[in-house]
Amino acid sequence: MKGVYLTVVLAPLIGSIIAGLFGRKIGKTGAHGVTIAGVALSFLMSLVAFKHIVIDGAPTFNESVYTWLISDGIRLEIGFLIDRLTALMMVVVTFVSLMVHIYTIGYMKDDPGYQRFFSYISLFTFSMLMLVMANNFLQLFFGWEAVGLVSYLLIGFWYQRESAIYANLKAFLVNRVGDFGFLLGIAAILMYFNSLDYADVFAAAPLLSDVTIQVFPGVEWSLLTVICILLFIGAMGKSAQMPLHVWLPDSMEGPTPISALIHAATMVTAGIFMVARMSPLYELSETALSVVLVIGALTAFLMGLLGIVQNDIKRMVAYSTLSQLGYMTVALGVSAYSAAIFHLMTHAFFKALMFLAAGSVIIAMHHDQDIRNMGGLKKYMPITYWTFLIGALALIGFPGTAGFFSKDAIIEAVHASDLPGSGFAYLAVLLGVFVTALYTFRAFFLVFHGKERMDEHTRTHLRESPLVVTVPLILLAIPSVLVGMVAIGPLLFGEFFADSIYVAAAHDVLARIGEDFTGALGFLFHGMLGMPVLLALAGVATAWYIYLQRPELAGLIKARFELLYRILDRKYGFDDFNEAFFAAGSRGLGRLFWRTGDETVIDGVAVNGTAKGIGWIAARIRQAQTGLLYHYAFAMIIGLLILISFYVLL
Amino acid sequence: MVFEFPNFVPALAEIFVLTMACVVLIVDLFLTERNRVITYLLSQATLLGAAVLTVSLHNNSTELTFSGGFIRDGMGDVLKVFIYLVVAVVFLYSREYLVVRKLFKGEFFVLGLFAVLGMMVMVSGHSLLTIYLGLELLSLSLYAMVAMHRDSMPASEAAMKYFILGAIASGMLLYGMSLIYGATGSLDIGVIADTLRMSPGDDMVLLLGLTFIIVALAFKLGAVPFHMWIPDVYHGAPTPVTLFIGSAPKIAAFAMVMRLLVDGLGPLHVQWQDMLVILAALSIVAGSVIAIAQRNLKRMLAYSTIAHVGFLLLGILAGTENGYAGAMFYVLVYALMTLGAFGMILMLSRAGFEADEIEDFKGLNERSPWFAFVMLILMFSMAGVPPFVGFYAKLAVLQAVIDAGLVWLAVLAVLSAVIGAFYYLRIVKYMYFDKPGDESALQSNFDMRATISANGLLILGLGIYPSGLMALCVTVLR
Amino acid sequence: MIALSDFLILGALLFCISLAGIFLNRKNLLILLMAIELMLLAVNINFVAFSHYLGDTAGQVFVFFILTVAAAEAAIGLAILIVLFRNRRTINVGQIDSLKG
Repeated sequence: MKGVYLTVVLAPLIGSIIAGLFGRKIGKTGAHGVTIAGVALSFLMSLVAFKHIVIDGAPTFNESVYTWLISDGIRLEIGFLIDRLTALMMVVVTFVSLMVHIYTIGYMKDDPGYQRFFSYISLFTFSMLMLVMANNFLQLFFGWEAVGLVSYLLIGFWYQRESAIYANLKAFLVNRVGDFGFLLGIAAILMYFNSLDYADVFAAAPLLSDVTIQVFPGVEWSLLTVICILLFIGAMGKSAQMPLHVWLPDSMEGPTPISALIHAATMVTAGIFMVARMSPLYELSETALSVVLVIGALTAFLMGLLGIVQNDIKRMVAYSTLSQLGYMTVALGVSAYSAAIFHLMTHAFFKALMFLAAGSVIIAMHHDQDIRNMGGLKKYMPITYWTFLIGALALIGFPGTAGFFSKDAIIEAVHASDLPGSGFAYLAVLLGVFVTALYTFRAFFLVFHGKERMDEHTRTHLRESPLVVTVPLILLAIPSVLVGMVAIGPLLFGEFFADSIYVAAAHDVLARIGEDFTGALGFLFHGMLGMPVLLALAGVATAWYIYLQRPELAGLIKARFELLYRILDRKYGFDDFNEAFFAAGSRGLGRLFWRTGDETVIDGVAVNGTAKGIGWIAARIRQAQTGLLYHYAFAMIIGLLILISFYVLL
Repeated sequence: MVFEFPNFVPALAEIFVLTMACVVLIVDLFLTERNRVITYLLSQATLLGAAVLTVSLHNNSTELTFSGGFIRDGMGDVLKVFIYLVVAVVFLYSREYLVVRKLFKGEFFVLGLFAVLGMMVMVSGHSLLTIYLGLELLSLSLYAMVAMHRDSMPASEAAMKYFILGAIASGMLLYGMSLIYGATGSLDIGVIADTLRMSPGDDMVLLLGLTFIIVALAFKLGAVPFHMWIPDVYHGAPTPVTLFIGSAPKIAAFAMVMRLLVDGLGPLHVQWQDMLVILAALSIVAGSVIAIAQRNLKRMLAYSTIAHVGFLLLGILAGTENGYAGAMFYVLVYALMTLGAFGMILMLSRAGFEADEIEDFKGLNERSPWFAFVMLILMFSMAGVPPFVGFYAKLAVLQAVIDAGLVWLAVLAVLSAVIGAFYYLRIVKYMYFDKPGDESALQSNFDMRATISANGLLILGLGIYPSGLMALCVTVLR
Repeated sequence: MIALSDFLILGALLFCISLAGIFLNRKNLLILLMAIELMLLAVNINFVAFSHYLGDTAGQVFVFFILTVAAAEAAIGLAILIVLFRNRRTINVGQIDSLKG
């Protein structure tokens, strides 16, 4: 099976290298041909691996394939840990990636950077697979940074746009903050466990559960809590949890396929995946779980609210992604790891679907993304309409769709939990459901129904997108509906994750829910009358009433709740605060260090001074090389005499 | 009295090279300018044949023949194969340069083959006499090669300096050998080691002999203060000859150090370690610092060689198996890197233009991005930047030195390496950030391009996967 | 009876004379070549003396090889000298310093 796993990883890499280095020679067709072939092969091999591990029930594969070096007993190596969690992630990542590759043919048709784009997204697929398949922290970190790098490159893909450059710089900096925590966490693991291998660390974790360390003098903290929170800071950066979420909405400056692939379906879920993978560590620290829970709940609710005031269709979807990531984080917090992964999977499908459908709308609108300029698109783009609707229904958790099962499971799990903070979280996720439905259907109604508000030129050119765009939409719509019903039983209440996710008995909320679980249909009927569904329907109805029936109402509400609107419009002031405090502050500090510290002390004395000094010495010493033979011979004889007098005569 | 035939089999490769060198010499007499390429091809065939013989005779045991004067062992076989490889690449890189300058004569190849024979004898010498003869065969060939460009003033000056200083070094080596012979009563390396092990004395005659031998070895390697010939010879000699002198003979010199100091005078390790510490420290510091002031690339590489020799000595002076393996790894890697660097100079040169000033590399990236990248790999590797193989070479010898308890020496070496990184990176800066002085595209044969690319990629590949070569070095030294 | 040390001292003296000849001589390259020959002869005396007193012929065999190599060395040295003279019209040691630094 090693060959299969290697193929999964290497096929996209090879495709990326070919498209990247020889893009000009092989042309557009060659570039998308080779990368799609690579990713398709990777997808097929992932299916083989999935069948091998999940259906045939093969034991977990945990082997290193290449040892880079061994230093002081610590092995730095590349290895694969393939269990059911990994196999599931591999299939999700490669499937969404394949869809996005195909979709890109249509979306980027006339872009001059066509080959570069394909090279990047294949490279991204490679990096993401390295991340999920890692069996040690070093490789995890490699994948973590590599996806960050590709994300940076792709947000700034249209590098002539100033806003894109700003956005990718922002994403880069905010992620650095998270990575700092992540790296410290890994360093702490290396320091106390003396290994980077998952298996070793997980095995040793219970032994260290009582160890405390002093982070600040006089304050004793549990080692595992510190490690878990540090790792979670990394996850906060990558999975855009408050307050490190600010980069994700701006990342929509990148091309839409990227928003679908990286900023909705895969990369932003890396943090969720990582925490689930580290479940043996998190289970040992209730404090860390509480932190995770509260942060997730805050993100889920507050980011949802922001979705209501967005006028850019992609930004609206981006805020909904933030909110859904919050849901996943909440699930992690209450130890419902499998529910988080389940929601991650359904979300990957329906959110990619929504992004791609939004992209399809954007193509038709000639790259105008403002929903105030749309309306009544239903009759022009029927396929996009229906697929978007499916995505929207899944997103709000309409009974029967994939999103319903995963989101309801999370809400139930929070309800069942008794961790500190779970009461607050329950409230937040419940209200979140109403908000989600409100903003999703606000956008839906404004885009596809109502008056046609676009200009005449655009209206005459409105038409359904080509097949390469609509086929991925349809292919993504299928799992968006079905995957929940199929997967809920084994994934949440079965033994699916028994080997890969560890849950302490005291925390096992899913088991408590599972006692009442009788099957997907039972769950469906039970949930249909539950609070979440009612709230979701209320949200849809509100949206319908405000934006279709009484469009003037929206303006009225806005005027009435001026202050609230302003707060939401400024995104709670996170960006302003960062700009005024961190950005301006660090710029000021930087200038100070640069002028006095760098230019005078370091450059002037340390660097240039040393360089000049050594240059001066070199110029002097080289004069000893006079070019005269007898001086050379003399040097040799002196050398001989020195050696003799030191070592023989003395 | 029965006349016993010695066993010729272990020396088959040497006999083959000797025969073929004579054949090439004769054949060349009957060739005209136009078909002189036959000489070249015959020389390459000789090296290939020798490689086949050496590999097929290889096994892990040790064989002695010619009354114990000649040894065939794993280390020798590996070093010889690398010598063939390096010399074959030298011939390949040199061909075009020599043709353009009307130096494409049989002498270069015949002398080169005799030098190879000398190196092989050095590698396999197991008596003071054979080692001396191998060394002289090598040195005499090299003197003649440096002077080969008869109308070049710097070349003749370099040849004269090399000859005089080299002769002094041989004289010292012989003087040291005579004292060792007197103190131990034998010329055979094995017998010398046994005698010393029986009576580890600090007999003054013995120590004096040891000192003289170390001086001669330091001269061959080019360790400070016996390095003076290196910059002038590297600078003055025609570039292909510089390439020759700078690469394969260092491998042979390493073998000579191993045979004389480790195999023969190993019991005196405590005494020679101290001397090598001084030589290594001086070489690393002086080589790294003086190179900064150089404008001529050949001269700069000469000083960089001196610094590399210092690192090589670090591995040897540690006196452990890991240290020797690290040093062997270092010398093999060093030979490959030198090949690439001088190969780049040869590739950039044209009729009437040597391309040996650092300025000549300005803007290479605009003229040929690929070969600028190859040069970047070589420079980074020489500077010891991971993941290139030069990093692992330095790491291996530094580990050995630290294990030997000489932490200060390791710190000094690392600091000097940082200083040294400056002049390697300066070339990278010239290639990528400066405007080219001459815009013409590179012109060279396909085989040259292919080999130099392979050379660069090998440095990169070994850097990513260093354990294979390292394991080889460890195995053959065990 | 002449003691071994007498021979060794003679060898050492000859060796020192040759070394002195190399770095004190600032005029003629030919003298350098002669000094080098002298150095080899000093070594030969050592070898023969040791060989005699050890009763081992290997040292004397070594001397034959040294003599042969010395002849070859002298031939190459003179050849290089001629090349140098043709190029520079001088064999003054003090003037051969174009390569330096």
